[in-house]
Amino acid sequence: MGDQRIKNIILEIIAIVAPDAEITDVKTDIRLRDQLDLDSMDFLDIVMELRKRYKIEIPKEEYPELATLDSCAAYLGPKLAGVAAT
Amino acid sequence: MDYDVIIIGAGMSGLAAGIRLAYFGKRVCILEKHYAFGGLNSYYRLDGRDYDVGLHAVTNFVGPGVRDTPLPKLLRQLRMSRNDFELLPQRFSEIRFPGVSLRFTNDLDDLIADVAENFPGEADRFRKLCAHVGEFDDNVLLTDYQSTRATLKEFLHEPMLIEMLLCPIMYYGSAEEHDMDFLQFVIIFKSLFCEGFARPRDGVRKIIKALVKKFRSCGGELRMQTPVERLDVADDRVATVLIVGGETLSAATVLSSAGYVETMRFCGDSPSVPAEEVGRVSFVETIAVLDELPQRLGHEAAIVFFNDCDTFTYAMPEHPVDLRSGVVCCPSNYEGHDDMPEGFLRMTWLANSDVWMADDDAAYRQRKIDYLAEFKTQARRYVPTVDDHFIASDMFTPRTIHRYTGRLNGAVYGSPRKRRDGRTHLKNLFLCGTDQGYLGIIGALLSGITIANMHVLAEE
Repeated sequence: MGDQRIKNIILEIIAIVAPDAEITDVKTDIRLRDQLDLDSMDFLDIVMELRKRYKIEIPKEEYPELATLDSCAAYLGPKLAGVAAT
Repeated sequence: MDYDVIIIGAGMSGLAAGIRLAYFGKRVCILEKHYAFGGLNSYYRLDGRDYDVGLHAVTNFVGPGVRDTPLPKLLRQLRMSRNDFELLPQRFSEIRFPGVSLRFTNDLDDLIADVAENFPGEADRFRKLCAHVGEFDDNVLLTDYQSTRATLKEFLHEPMLIEMLLCPIMYYGSAEEHDMDFLQFVIIFKSLFCEGFARPRDGVRKIIKALVKKFRSCGGELRMQTPVERLDVADDRVATVLIVGGETLSAATVLSSAGYVETMRFCGDSPSVPAEEVGRVSFVETIAVLDELPQRLGHEAAIVFFNDCDTFTYAMPEHPVDLRSGVVCCPSNYEGHDDMPEGFLRMTWLANSDVWMADDDAAYRQRKIDYLAEFKTQARRYVPTVDDHFIASDMFTPRTIHRYTGRLNGAVYGSPRKRRDGRTHLKNLFLCGTDQGYLGIIGALLSGITIANMHVLAEE
Protein backbone atom coordinates (compact mmCIF):
# COMPACT_ATOMS: atom_id res chain seq x y z
CA MET A 1 0.00 0.00 0.00
CA GLY A 2 1.41 3.38 -0.99
CA ASP A 3 2.32 6.18 1.42
CA GLN A 4 -0.44 8.45 0.15
CA ARG A 5 -3.02 5.70 0.61
CA ILE A 6 -1.88 5.16 4.19
CA LYS A 7 -2.10 8.88 4.94
CA ASN A 8 -5.60 8.94 3.52
CA ILE A 9 -6.56 5.97 5.69
CA ILE A 10 -5.34 7.79 8.80
CA LEU A 11 -7.35 10.87 7.84
CA GLU A 12 -10.43 8.74 7.22
CA ILE A 13 -9.99 7.21 10.65
CA ILE A 14 -9.57 10.63 12.28
CA ALA A 15 -12.81 11.71 10.60
CA ILE A 16 -14.55 8.83 12.36
CA VAL A 17 -12.78 9.17 15.70
CA ALA A 18 -13.13 12.96 15.86
CA PRO A 19 -15.77 14.04 13.33
CA ASP A 20 -15.51 17.64 14.48
CA ALA A 21 -11.78 17.87 13.73
CA GLU A 22 -10.74 20.02 10.76
CA ILE A 23 -8.86 17.58 8.50
CA THR A 24 -8.85 19.37 5.15
CA ASP A 25 -5.43 20.95 5.53
CA VAL A 26 -3.35 18.63 7.68
CA LYS A 27 0.44 19.09 7.45
CA THR A 28 2.17 15.74 7.01
CA ASP A 29 5.22 16.55 9.13
CA ILE A 30 3.57 18.15 12.17
CA ARG A 31 2.26 16.14 15.13
CA LEU A 32 -1.39 15.22 14.57
CA ARG A 33 -2.22 15.86 18.23
CA ASP A 34 -0.94 19.41 17.99
CA GLN A 35 -2.72 20.23 14.74
CA LEU A 36 -6.04 18.58 15.45
CA ASP A 37 -6.43 18.94 19.20
CA LEU A 38 -6.77 15.18 19.69
CA ASP A 39 -6.71 13.94 23.26
CA SER A 40 -5.35 10.63 24.55
CA MET A 41 -8.78 8.98 24.22
CA ASP A 42 -8.94 9.98 20.54
CA PHE A 43 -5.41 8.72 20.01
CA LEU A 44 -6.18 5.33 21.54
CA ASP A 45 -9.11 5.17 19.14
CA ILE A 46 -6.93 5.67 16.08
CA VAL A 47 -4.92 2.63 17.15
CA MET A 48 -8.12 0.70 17.88
CA GLU A 49 -9.61 1.56 14.49
CA LEU A 50 -6.43 0.39 12.71
CA ARG A 51 -6.65 -2.89 14.57
CA LYS A 52 -10.34 -3.27 13.84
CA ARG A 53 -10.05 -2.56 10.13
CA TYR A 54 -6.69 -4.11 9.21
CA LYS A 55 -6.09 -6.56 12.05
CA ILE A 56 -2.72 -4.99 12.82
CA GLU A 57 -1.32 -4.85 16.34
CA ILE A 58 0.46 -1.75 17.54
CA PRO A 59 2.22 -2.17 20.91
CA LYS A 60 1.85 0.73 23.34
CA GLU A 61 5.56 1.60 23.23
CA GLU A 62 5.27 2.15 19.47
CA TYR A 63 2.41 4.67 19.64
CA PRO A 64 4.88 7.56 19.15
CA GLU A 65 5.50 6.19 15.65
CA LEU A 66 2.02 7.47 14.77
CA ALA A 67 2.80 11.08 15.68
CA THR A 68 2.63 12.60 12.18
CA LEU A 69 1.13 11.51 8.86
CA ASP A 70 4.65 10.99 7.47
CA SER A 71 5.69 8.81 10.40
CA CYS A 72 2.41 6.88 10.15
CA ALA A 73 3.18 6.06 6.51
CA ALA A 74 6.74 4.98 7.31
CA TYR A 75 5.71 2.87 10.31
CA LEU A 76 2.52 1.33 8.92
CA GLY A 77 3.91 0.65 5.40
CA PRO A 78 5.44 -2.74 6.26
CA LYS A 79 2.51 -3.69 8.52
CA LEU A 80 -0.01 -2.96 5.78
CA ALA A 81 2.11 -4.50 3.01
CA GLY A 82 -0.07 -7.57 2.78
CA VAL A 83 -3.35 -5.64 2.94
CA ALA A 84 -5.14 -4.94 -0.33
CA ALA A 85 -5.53 -1.24 -1.11
CA THR A 86 -9.29 -1.15 -0.77
CA MET B 1 -15.82 -18.75 27.03
CA ASP B 2 -19.31 -17.65 26.05
CA TYR B 3 -18.31 -13.98 25.83
CA ASP B 4 -15.30 -11.71 25.95
CA VAL B 5 -17.17 -9.41 28.33
CA ILE B 6 -20.34 -9.72 30.40
CA ILE B 7 -21.76 -6.44 31.68
CA ILE B 8 -24.18 -6.43 34.59
CA GLY B 9 -26.84 -3.75 34.13
CA ALA B 10 -28.25 -1.98 31.06
CA GLY B 11 -28.07 1.51 32.55
CA MET B 12 -26.12 4.40 31.10
CA SER B 13 -22.70 3.10 32.11
CA GLY B 14 -23.33 -0.50 31.06
CA LEU B 15 -24.67 0.55 27.67
CA ALA B 16 -21.77 2.94 27.07
CA ALA B 17 -19.20 0.29 28.02
CA GLY B 18 -21.07 -2.19 25.84
CA ILE B 19 -21.01 0.10 22.81
CA ARG B 20 -17.26 0.67 23.10
CA LEU B 21 -16.50 -3.04 23.44
CA ALA B 22 -18.91 -4.30 20.79
CA TYR B 23 -17.78 -1.61 18.36
CA PHE B 24 -14.23 -2.95 18.62
CA GLY B 25 -15.31 -6.50 17.95
CA LYS B 26 -15.66 -7.91 21.45
CA ARG B 27 -18.36 -10.48 22.08
CA VAL B 28 -20.39 -8.60 24.67
CA CYS B 29 -23.53 -9.48 26.56
CA ILE B 30 -25.36 -7.07 28.86
CA LEU B 31 -27.50 -8.71 31.54
CA GLU B 32 -30.39 -6.59 32.85
CA LYS B 33 -32.66 -7.75 35.66
CA HIS B 34 -35.51 -5.40 34.77
CA TYR B 35 -37.69 -5.43 31.63
CA ALA B 36 -36.77 -1.80 30.90
CA PHE B 37 -33.39 -0.30 30.03
CA GLY B 38 -31.80 2.64 31.75
CA GLY B 39 -31.26 1.59 35.37
CA LEU B 40 -31.36 4.68 37.55
CA ASN B 41 -32.41 6.77 34.54
CA SER B 42 -35.35 5.04 33.04
CA TYR B 43 -38.81 5.63 31.66
CA TYR B 44 -42.21 4.04 31.64
CA ARG B 45 -45.76 4.47 30.42
CA LEU B 46 -48.69 4.80 32.77
CA ASP B 47 -52.32 5.46 31.74
CA GLY B 48 -51.23 6.42 28.24
CA ARG B 49 -48.60 8.90 29.38
CA ASP B 50 -44.80 8.86 29.22
CA TYR B 51 -42.93 9.35 32.49
CA ASP B 52 -39.20 9.68 33.17
CA VAL B 53 -37.31 8.45 36.22
CA GLY B 54 -34.11 10.31 36.90
CA LEU B 55 -33.20 12.89 34.27
CA HIS B 56 -34.16 16.35 35.40
CA ALA B 57 -31.51 17.68 33.13
CA VAL B 58 -28.68 16.40 31.03
CA THR B 59 -25.75 18.29 32.52
CA ASN B 60 -22.50 19.21 30.77
CA PHE B 61 -24.36 20.77 27.84
CA VAL B 62 -22.08 22.78 25.52
CA GLY B 63 -22.61 24.30 22.08
CA PRO B 64 -21.50 22.63 18.84
CA GLY B 65 -18.09 24.36 18.67
CA VAL B 66 -16.75 23.03 21.99
CA ARG B 67 -14.65 19.84 21.80
CA ASP B 68 -12.74 19.25 25.01
CA THR B 69 -15.49 18.85 27.61
CA PRO B 70 -17.19 15.60 28.72
CA LEU B 71 -20.24 15.69 26.39
CA PRO B 72 -18.42 16.03 23.04
CA LYS B 73 -15.72 13.64 24.26
CA LEU B 74 -18.16 10.91 25.07
CA LEU B 75 -20.08 11.40 21.83
CA ARG B 76 -16.82 10.89 19.94
CA GLN B 77 -16.03 7.78 21.95
CA LEU B 78 -19.47 6.31 21.27
CA ARG B 79 -19.33 7.26 17.57
CA MET B 80 -22.57 9.12 18.07
CA SER B 81 -23.57 12.65 17.16
CA ARG B 82 -25.21 15.49 19.02
CA ASN B 83 -28.33 14.82 16.94
CA ASP B 84 -28.70 11.36 18.45
CA PHE B 85 -29.63 12.92 21.80
CA GLU B 86 -31.61 15.94 20.45
CA LEU B 87 -30.57 18.11 23.38
CA LEU B 88 -32.35 21.42 23.85
CA PRO B 89 -30.82 23.91 26.30
CA GLN B 90 -32.51 25.34 29.39
CA ARG B 91 -33.45 28.99 29.64
CA PHE B 92 -32.54 29.39 33.31
CA SER B 93 -32.63 27.72 36.70
CA GLU B 94 -32.64 29.02 40.26
CA ILE B 95 -31.34 28.40 43.74
CA ARG B 96 -33.92 29.74 46.22
CA PHE B 97 -33.03 30.28 49.88
CA PRO B 98 -34.84 32.39 52.50
CA GLY B 99 -34.72 35.98 51.29
CA VAL B 100 -32.30 35.42 48.41
CA SER B 101 -32.35 33.68 45.03
CA LEU B 102 -29.57 33.04 42.55
CA ARG B 103 -30.33 32.55 38.90
CA PHE B 104 -28.04 30.63 36.56
CA THR B 105 -28.03 29.78 32.88
CA ASN B 106 -25.71 27.83 30.61
CA ASP B 107 -23.38 30.84 30.73
CA LEU B 108 -21.29 31.03 33.93
CA ASP B 109 -21.09 34.83 33.61
CA ASP B 110 -24.80 35.07 34.46
CA LEU B 111 -24.24 33.30 37.77
CA ILE B 112 -21.15 35.41 38.50
CA ALA B 113 -23.20 38.57 37.88
CA ASP B 114 -26.05 37.35 40.08
CA VAL B 115 -23.67 36.47 42.92
CA ALA B 116 -22.15 39.97 42.62
CA GLU B 117 -25.60 41.55 42.84
CA ASN B 118 -26.84 39.48 45.80
CA PHE B 119 -23.53 39.16 47.68
CA PRO B 120 -21.53 42.25 46.62
CA GLY B 121 -18.75 41.53 49.11
CA GLU B 122 -18.25 38.06 47.67
CA ALA B 123 -18.00 39.01 43.98
CA ASP B 124 -14.20 38.84 43.71
CA ARG B 125 -13.90 35.85 45.97
CA PHE B 126 -16.51 33.93 43.95
CA ARG B 127 -14.61 34.75 40.76
CA LYS B 128 -11.47 33.34 42.38
CA LEU B 129 -13.36 30.19 43.33
CA CYS B 130 -14.55 29.81 39.72
CA ALA B 131 -10.97 30.19 38.51
CA HIS B 132 -9.78 27.62 41.06
CA VAL B 133 -12.44 25.17 39.89
CA GLY B 134 -11.43 25.76 36.27
CA GLU B 135 -7.78 25.04 37.02
CA PHE B 136 -8.35 22.14 39.41
CA ASP B 137 -6.76 18.91 38.21
CA ASP B 138 -9.78 16.68 37.84
CA ASN B 139 -7.87 13.53 37.05
CA VAL B 140 -9.99 11.21 39.12
CA LEU B 141 -7.22 8.69 39.57
CA LEU B 142 -4.75 11.07 41.18
CA THR B 143 -6.47 13.34 43.67
CA ASP B 144 -6.95 12.64 47.36
CA TYR B 145 -10.08 13.38 49.37
CA GLN B 146 -10.48 17.02 50.25
CA SER B 147 -13.45 18.44 52.19
CA THR B 148 -15.60 20.73 50.06
CA ARG B 149 -16.98 22.65 53.04
CA ALA B 150 -13.47 23.36 54.31
CA THR B 151 -12.27 24.42 50.86
CA LEU B 152 -15.26 26.69 50.23
CA LYS B 153 -14.64 28.42 53.59
CA GLU B 154 -11.15 29.31 52.39
CA PHE B 155 -12.60 31.10 49.38
CA LEU B 156 -15.92 32.55 50.58
CA HIS B 157 -16.87 34.48 53.74
CA GLU B 158 -20.67 34.48 53.40
CA PRO B 159 -22.03 31.23 54.91
CA MET B 160 -25.32 31.53 53.01
CA LEU B 161 -23.52 31.62 49.65
CA ILE B 162 -21.62 28.45 50.55
CA GLU B 163 -24.89 26.71 51.39
CA MET B 164 -26.48 27.97 48.18
CA LEU B 165 -23.68 26.52 46.06
CA LEU B 166 -23.72 23.21 47.93
CA CYS B 167 -27.47 22.74 47.51
CA PRO B 168 -27.65 22.08 43.74
CA ILE B 169 -24.27 20.40 43.61
CA MET B 170 -25.04 17.92 46.39
CA TYR B 171 -28.51 17.21 45.04
CA TYR B 172 -27.08 16.43 41.62
CA GLY B 173 -24.40 14.05 42.68
CA SER B 174 -23.26 13.60 46.26
CA ALA B 175 -23.36 10.06 47.62
CA GLU B 176 -21.86 11.45 50.81
CA GLU B 177 -23.98 13.13 53.47
CA HIS B 178 -23.18 16.60 54.91
CA ASP B 179 -20.02 17.19 52.87
CA MET B 180 -18.40 15.91 49.69
CA ASP B 181 -15.04 15.35 48.06
CA PHE B 182 -13.88 18.60 46.50
CA LEU B 183 -12.99 16.73 43.30
CA GLN B 184 -16.63 15.65 43.00
CA PHE B 185 -17.68 19.24 43.72
CA VAL B 186 -15.43 20.47 40.89
CA ILE B 187 -16.78 17.94 38.41
CA ILE B 188 -20.39 18.81 39.24
CA PHE B 189 -19.76 22.58 39.47
CA LYS B 190 -18.42 22.48 35.91
CA SER B 191 -21.23 20.26 34.68
CA LEU B 192 -23.92 22.57 36.13
CA PHE B 193 -22.52 26.09 36.00
CA CYS B 194 -19.63 26.18 33.50
CA GLU B 195 -21.37 23.93 30.99
CA GLY B 196 -25.10 23.65 31.66
CA PHE B 197 -28.47 21.95 31.39
CA ALA B 198 -30.28 20.54 28.39
CA ARG B 199 -32.97 18.00 27.73
CA PRO B 200 -34.12 15.84 24.85
CA ARG B 201 -37.67 16.75 23.91
CA ASP B 202 -38.80 13.18 24.43
CA GLY B 203 -36.98 12.86 27.74
CA VAL B 204 -34.50 10.25 28.78
CA ARG B 205 -36.00 7.60 26.49
CA LYS B 206 -34.46 9.42 23.53
CA ILE B 207 -30.97 8.87 24.94
CA ILE B 208 -31.54 5.32 26.13
CA LYS B 209 -33.11 4.19 22.87
CA ALA B 210 -30.24 5.73 20.89
CA LEU B 211 -27.70 3.89 23.08
CA VAL B 212 -29.52 0.56 22.81
CA LYS B 213 -29.79 0.92 19.03
CA LYS B 214 -26.10 1.75 18.77
CA PHE B 215 -25.13 -1.18 20.99
CA ARG B 216 -27.18 -3.62 18.93
CA SER B 217 -25.91 -2.24 15.63
CA CYS B 218 -22.37 -2.93 16.87
CA GLY B 219 -23.31 -6.58 17.40
CA GLY B 220 -23.86 -6.48 21.17
CA GLU B 221 -26.30 -8.82 22.87
CA LEU B 222 -28.78 -7.52 25.41
CA ARG B 223 -30.68 -9.88 27.68
CA MET B 224 -33.57 -8.38 29.61
CA GLN B 225 -35.20 -9.84 32.73
CA THR B 226 -32.00 -11.74 33.34
CA PRO B 227 -30.97 -11.11 36.95
CA VAL B 228 -27.59 -12.31 38.17
CA GLU B 229 -27.78 -14.61 41.16
CA ARG B 230 -24.13 -15.24 41.86
CA LEU B 231 -20.61 -14.80 40.56
CA ASP B 232 -18.65 -18.02 41.06
CA VAL B 233 -15.03 -17.36 41.92
CA ALA B 234 -11.93 -19.47 41.25
CA ASP B 235 -8.26 -18.40 41.36
CA ASP B 236 -9.14 -14.77 42.18
CA ARG B 237 -11.27 -14.50 39.08
CA VAL B 238 -14.95 -14.65 38.22
CA ALA B 239 -15.20 -18.09 36.65
CA THR B 240 -18.90 -18.14 35.81
CA VAL B 241 -21.92 -15.90 36.07
CA LEU B 242 -24.95 -17.71 37.43
CA ILE B 243 -28.31 -16.37 36.27
CA VAL B 244 -31.41 -16.68 38.46
CA GLY B 245 -33.08 -19.83 37.16
CA GLY B 246 -29.88 -21.83 36.83
CA GLU B 247 -28.22 -20.86 33.56
CA THR B 248 -24.46 -20.22 33.74
CA LEU B 249 -22.41 -17.97 31.47
CA SER B 250 -18.69 -17.37 31.24
CA ALA B 251 -16.63 -14.40 30.12
CA ALA B 252 -13.02 -13.30 30.22
CA THR B 253 -14.00 -10.04 31.90
CA VAL B 254 -17.03 -8.97 33.92
CA LEU B 255 -18.02 -5.31 34.34
CA SER B 256 -20.63 -4.61 36.98
CA SER B 257 -22.73 -1.47 37.26
CA ALA B 258 -24.78 -2.98 40.09
CA GLY B 259 -22.87 -1.07 42.78
CA TYR B 260 -19.86 -2.11 44.86
CA VAL B 261 -21.61 -3.67 47.84
CA GLU B 262 -24.29 -5.16 45.59
CA THR B 263 -21.61 -6.71 43.37
CA MET B 264 -19.68 -8.08 46.37
CA ARG B 265 -22.86 -9.78 47.49
CA PHE B 266 -22.92 -11.65 44.17
CA CYS B 267 -19.51 -13.13 45.05
CA GLY B 268 -20.02 -15.90 47.59
CA ASP B 269 -16.78 -15.62 49.58
CA SER B 270 -16.38 -11.88 49.18
CA PRO B 271 -14.55 -9.74 51.72
CA SER B 272 -16.91 -8.37 54.34
CA VAL B 273 -18.15 -4.93 53.48
CA PRO B 274 -18.24 -2.23 56.18
CA ALA B 275 -21.69 -0.72 56.74
CA GLU B 276 -20.50 2.80 55.92
CA GLU B 277 -19.86 1.72 52.34
CA VAL B 278 -23.59 1.30 51.75
CA GLY B 279 -25.06 4.52 50.38
CA ARG B 280 -27.82 6.24 52.37
CA VAL B 281 -28.82 9.10 50.11
CA SER B 282 -32.15 8.46 48.47
CA PHE B 283 -35.08 10.48 47.25
CA VAL B 284 -38.82 10.60 46.91
CA GLU B 285 -40.01 12.26 43.74
CA THR B 286 -43.54 13.28 42.88
CA ILE B 287 -44.34 13.73 39.20
CA ALA B 288 -47.51 15.73 38.59
CA VAL B 289 -49.22 16.09 35.24
CA LEU B 290 -50.94 19.42 34.60
CA ASP B 291 -53.38 20.34 31.83
CA GLU B 292 -51.34 23.49 31.16
CA LEU B 293 -47.62 24.13 30.84
CA PRO B 294 -46.16 25.61 34.06
CA GLN B 295 -44.52 28.45 32.10
CA ARG B 296 -48.03 29.65 31.17
CA LEU B 297 -48.96 29.55 34.85
CA GLY B 298 -46.11 31.79 35.90
CA HIS B 299 -43.33 29.28 36.58
CA GLU B 300 -40.51 29.60 34.06
CA ALA B 301 -37.41 28.04 35.67
CA ALA B 302 -36.24 24.69 34.30
CA ILE B 303 -34.94 23.61 37.72
CA VAL B 304 -35.36 25.21 41.16
CA PHE B 305 -33.17 24.06 44.04
CA PHE B 306 -34.89 25.28 47.18
CA ASN B 307 -33.99 25.34 50.84
CA ASP B 308 -36.19 26.94 53.49
CA CYS B 309 -33.52 27.28 56.22
CA ASP B 310 -30.35 29.34 56.43
CA THR B 311 -28.26 26.20 56.48
CA PHE B 312 -28.66 23.34 54.06
CA THR B 313 -28.83 19.79 55.40
CA TYR B 314 -28.01 17.03 52.95
CA ALA B 315 -28.46 13.73 54.77
CA MET B 316 -30.83 10.88 55.25
CA PRO B 317 -33.64 12.56 57.25
CA GLU B 318 -35.23 11.28 60.44
CA HIS B 319 -38.68 11.69 58.90
CA PRO B 320 -39.85 9.79 55.81
CA VAL B 321 -39.06 12.89 53.77
CA ASP B 322 -37.18 16.12 54.50
CA LEU B 323 -39.57 18.82 53.35
CA ARG B 324 -37.16 21.68 54.11
CA SER B 325 -35.33 21.44 50.80
CA GLY B 326 -35.72 19.89 47.41
CA VAL B 327 -35.59 20.19 43.65
CA VAL B 328 -38.43 21.32 41.41
CA CYS B 329 -38.06 20.29 37.80
CA CYS B 330 -40.21 21.48 34.96
CA PRO B 331 -39.37 19.63 31.71
CA SER B 332 -41.27 22.03 29.46
CA ASN B 333 -39.08 24.95 30.55
CA TYR B 334 -36.37 24.07 28.08
CA GLU B 335 -36.14 25.64 24.64
CA GLY B 336 -38.34 24.04 21.99
CA HIS B 337 -40.73 22.51 24.53
CA ASP B 338 -43.53 25.09 24.30
CA ASP B 339 -45.83 22.83 22.30
CA MET B 340 -45.79 19.93 24.75
CA PRO B 341 -49.37 18.65 25.08
CA GLU B 342 -49.31 18.51 28.88
CA GLY B 343 -47.27 20.09 31.62
CA PHE B 344 -45.15 18.24 34.14
CA LEU B 345 -44.04 19.45 37.53
CA ARG B 346 -41.64 17.19 39.41
CA MET B 347 -40.51 17.67 43.00
CA THR B 348 -37.73 15.72 44.67
CA TRP B 349 -37.02 15.47 48.39
CA LEU B 350 -34.39 13.66 50.43
CA ALA B 351 -35.94 10.53 51.90
CA ASN B 352 -35.39 8.07 54.71
CA SER B 353 -35.17 4.74 52.92
CA ASP B 354 -35.56 2.68 56.13
CA VAL B 355 -39.06 4.05 56.66
CA TRP B 356 -40.19 3.53 53.07
CA MET B 357 -38.69 0.03 52.89
CA ALA B 358 -40.26 -1.13 56.17
CA ASP B 359 -43.86 -0.20 55.33
CA ASP B 360 -46.34 -2.94 54.54
CA ASP B 361 -48.17 -2.43 51.25
CA ALA B 362 -51.16 -0.61 52.74
CA ALA B 363 -49.00 1.74 54.81
CA TYR B 364 -46.79 2.41 51.79
CA ARG B 365 -49.78 3.38 49.63
CA GLN B 366 -51.12 5.65 52.37
CA ARG B 367 -47.73 7.29 52.83
CA LYS B 368 -47.62 8.10 49.13
CA ILE B 369 -51.07 9.69 49.37
CA ASP B 370 -49.98 11.75 52.38
CA TYR B 371 -46.93 13.07 50.58
CA LEU B 372 -48.92 13.89 47.46
CA ALA B 373 -50.80 16.35 49.68
CA GLU B 374 -47.47 17.79 50.86
CA PHE B 375 -46.40 18.06 47.24
CA LYS B 376 -49.46 20.12 46.37
CA THR B 377 -48.86 22.43 49.33
CA GLN B 378 -45.28 23.08 48.25
CA ALA B 379 -46.10 23.23 44.52
CA ARG B 380 -48.42 26.21 45.12
CA ARG B 381 -45.33 28.28 45.86
CA TYR B 382 -44.27 27.82 42.24
CA VAL B 383 -47.60 27.36 40.45
CA PRO B 384 -50.27 28.96 42.68
CA THR B 385 -53.12 27.42 40.65
CA VAL B 386 -51.64 23.92 40.59
CA ASP B 387 -54.79 22.36 42.10
CA ASP B 388 -56.96 23.67 39.25
CA HIS B 389 -54.68 22.14 36.62
CA PHE B 390 -53.71 18.88 38.30
CA ILE B 391 -54.78 15.80 36.28
CA ALA B 392 -52.55 12.92 37.34
CA SER B 393 -49.47 12.02 39.34
CA ASP B 394 -47.05 9.28 40.14
CA MET B 395 -44.39 8.98 42.81
CA PHE B 396 -41.17 7.06 43.12
CA THR B 397 -39.56 6.31 46.45
CA PRO B 398 -36.43 4.53 47.78
CA ARG B 399 -38.49 1.36 47.56
CA THR B 400 -39.18 1.87 43.85
CA ILE B 401 -35.50 2.45 43.17
CA HIS B 402 -34.52 -0.64 45.13
CA ARG B 403 -37.09 -2.80 43.40
CA TYR B 404 -36.03 -1.89 39.87
CA THR B 405 -32.28 -1.40 40.26
CA GLY B 406 -31.34 -3.57 43.23
CA ARG B 407 -29.63 -0.57 44.88
CA LEU B 408 -29.48 -1.13 48.62
CA ASN B 409 -31.42 1.63 50.43
CA GLY B 410 -32.49 2.88 47.00
CA ALA B 411 -29.23 4.85 47.15
CA VAL B 412 -29.36 6.78 43.90
CA TYR B 413 -25.73 7.91 44.02
CA GLY B 414 -24.41 4.64 45.38
CA SER B 415 -21.67 4.18 47.92
CA PRO B 416 -20.01 7.25 49.47
CA ARG B 417 -16.68 5.56 48.85
CA LYS B 418 -15.90 5.62 45.15
CA ARG B 419 -13.50 3.15 43.53
CA ARG B 420 -12.16 5.33 40.83
CA ASP B 421 -9.96 2.76 39.10
CA GLY B 422 -12.91 0.35 38.99
CA ARG B 423 -10.86 -2.48 40.48
CA THR B 424 -12.21 -5.11 42.87
CA HIS B 425 -10.55 -7.95 44.79
CA LEU B 426 -11.00 -10.13 41.69
CA LYS B 427 -8.68 -9.78 38.71
CA ASN B 428 -11.31 -9.84 35.97
CA LEU B 429 -14.16 -8.05 37.76
CA PHE B 430 -14.44 -4.27 37.45
CA LEU B 431 -16.99 -1.68 38.54
CA CYS B 432 -18.55 0.90 36.29
CA GLY B 433 -21.28 3.44 36.92
CA THR B 434 -22.25 5.12 40.16
CA ASP B 435 -19.78 3.43 42.48
CA GLN B 436 -16.83 4.04 40.18
CA GLY B 437 -17.11 7.75 40.71
CA TYR B 438 -18.63 9.68 37.85
CA LEU B 439 -22.26 10.63 38.53
CA GLY B 440 -25.21 11.87 36.54
CA ILE B 441 -26.15 10.77 33.04
CA ILE B 442 -23.06 12.15 31.36
CA GLY B 443 -20.88 10.93 34.22
CA ALA B 444 -22.33 7.43 34.03
CA LEU B 445 -21.73 7.26 30.28
CA LEU B 446 -18.14 8.43 30.78
CA SER B 447 -17.67 5.87 33.53
CA GLY B 448 -18.65 3.00 31.22
CA ILE B 449 -16.36 4.32 28.50
CA THR B 450 -13.41 4.86 30.84
CA ILE B 451 -13.62 1.42 32.46
CA ALA B 452 -14.05 -0.35 29.09
CA ASN B 453 -11.03 1.53 27.73
CA MET B 454 -8.82 1.10 30.79
CA HIS B 455 -9.48 -2.52 31.67
CA VAL B 456 -10.39 -4.16 28.35
CA LEU B 457 -9.41 -2.20 25.24
CA ALA B 458 -6.10 -0.70 26.37
CA GLU B 459 -5.05 -3.95 28.03
CA GLU B 460 -4.49 -5.86 24.81
